[in-house]
Amino acid sequence: MREVAIFEIGQTPVSEHWDKSLLELAGEPVLQIFEKTGMTSAEAIFVGNMLSGSANRQLHLGAYVADWVGAKHSGAVHVEAACGSGGAAFRAALMAVASGDVETAIAVGVEKMTDSPSADISSELAGASDADYERDMGLSFVALNALLMRRYMEEYGYRKDDFAGFSINAHANGVNNPNARFRYPITAEAYAKSAMAADPINILDASAMGDGAAAVLLVPLDRIADRENAVKVVGSGAATDAIAIHDRRDPLWLSAAELSAKKAYRQSGLTASDIDLFEVHDAFTIIEALSLEASGFAERGTGARWANLELISPHGKLPLATMGGLKARGHPVGATGIYQVVEAALQLRGEAGPNQVPGARIAMTQNIGGSGSNVYTHILRR
Amino acid sequence: MENPRHWRLKKQRYALVGEICPHCAVKIFPPRDVCPECGLEAKTSYQFSGKGKIYSYTKMTDGPAGFRQNAPYFVALIQLNEGPMITAQLTDVGDEEIKIGSPVEMVTRKLREDGDQHGAILYGYKFRPVLQEVSA
Ligand SMILES: [Zn+2]
Repeated sequence: MREVAIFEIGQTPVSEHWDKSLLELAGEPVLQIFEKTGMTSAEAIFVGNMLSGSANRQLHLGAYVADWVGAKHSGAVHVEAACGSGGAAFRAALMAVASGDVETAIAVGVEKMTDSPSADISSELAGASDADYERDMGLSFVALNALLMRRYMEEYGYRKDDFAGFSINAHANGVNNPNARFRYPITAEAYAKSAMAADPINILDASAMGDGAAAVLLVPLDRIADRENAVKVVGSGAATDAIAIHDRRDPLWLSAAELSAKKAYRQSGLTASDIDLFEVHDAFTIIEALSLEASGFAERGTGARWANLELISPHGKLPLATMGGLKARGHPVGATGIYQVVEAALQLRGEAGPNQVPGARIAMTQNIGGSGSNVYTHILRR
Repeated sequence: MENPRHWRLKKQRYALVGEICPHCAVKIFPPRDVCPECGLEAKTSYQFSGKGKIYSYTKMTDGPAGFRQNAPYFVALIQLNEGPMITAQLTDVGDEEIKIGSPVEMVTRKLREDGDQHGAILYGYKFRPVLQEVSA
């Protein structure tokens, strides 16, 4: 396997893009990359997307997107791993370049959610769970996460407000990100008064859906002139767990997150204490807490203690969700894993603006599919 | 919805039929034919008692398509007395408070109506609180 670097990035704001189709959205960040690099194609394209088959009645996004961006002869494929689709597409592109099979690979994540009524999207998102034994019992994806959060609070003695810091941090960071869905701060009072979606998860615990797309171009490191300053992908780990929460031995431990992080650490020769910033999968505040535990940043039952701005803001000990995270940047599900990588790359290039993490050299991203059943962890280093 | 798919699940949905591992005696629900404990083949049917305790629960204020008209409703993870965990709706919830650890039992109820899709009415298990015996 050879070393791989991120050569260029592109992203479009997460929003309700009534005027843009799935295809137009997917094309935007790829065409940004082509414009910045002068390239007109890539040898391989991996399109991360979860819902196009149901929400947009379009499958086969590999050829569909490749043709649209003028790269119709590239090898291109649609990659699906629920909310982890973006991370899965990134890893596929990484493997394609690292193996020596191609010299250029683009991973693009896209999701077009706002054409569908919210009850339909809720039902489609529940397709990330077990259709026979979770979804058809009437559980939404939010409800599955609420089951985890209530049990976590009961076992470890947390109060609801203990989680507020995660959402306050994400929104504070979203303010300075021109690509974020929500660019306003929230207060602890607003969090406390927020309406329940599925008790104990309220609206401000949950990430926001939206339309969006982001892309990265990967090349072999030896193709980059300024190798010192290149953003290198030094660790990549994928792991799965039972798709249904009830089939997991320990529902409060994200073992797929643990395994994928361990693989990424081992590959990079790094540990949790080396990480300068973590683009965490904050689909819900409870998942943020569980991810911190599984990824080695916190002991079991203590992840929620990180919900403290002094620890996780861009100037804190472990900056989290530095450009707003899923909570405030938004969670266009299949695109999220690529947004995380794009944001980590911005931090390592020193281009994160007011949210810049001082001296950031090592960044980790973690993209979680389903309720913890398919996890992609990546470590980037400059 | 897809009628054959639900027909195939009728033993599980109506009678909570899972499996028992002939090698290590672990009880399995939903059935999966390979024992999650010892990894050996486990195809022996086993009917669960339908009794269990609440591991966690939530009240859904809004439902996905097909369930929306029933909202609000409770859903839970239930630890069955025989061991496995199951995901289900709670029903017949009266004034008594639902808590983690509360005993529940299985009943058969209507799960959803697909009025606008294929006209199928889906029945299956839900769980209701077991009334605590009052000591005389
Ligand atoms: Zn066994």
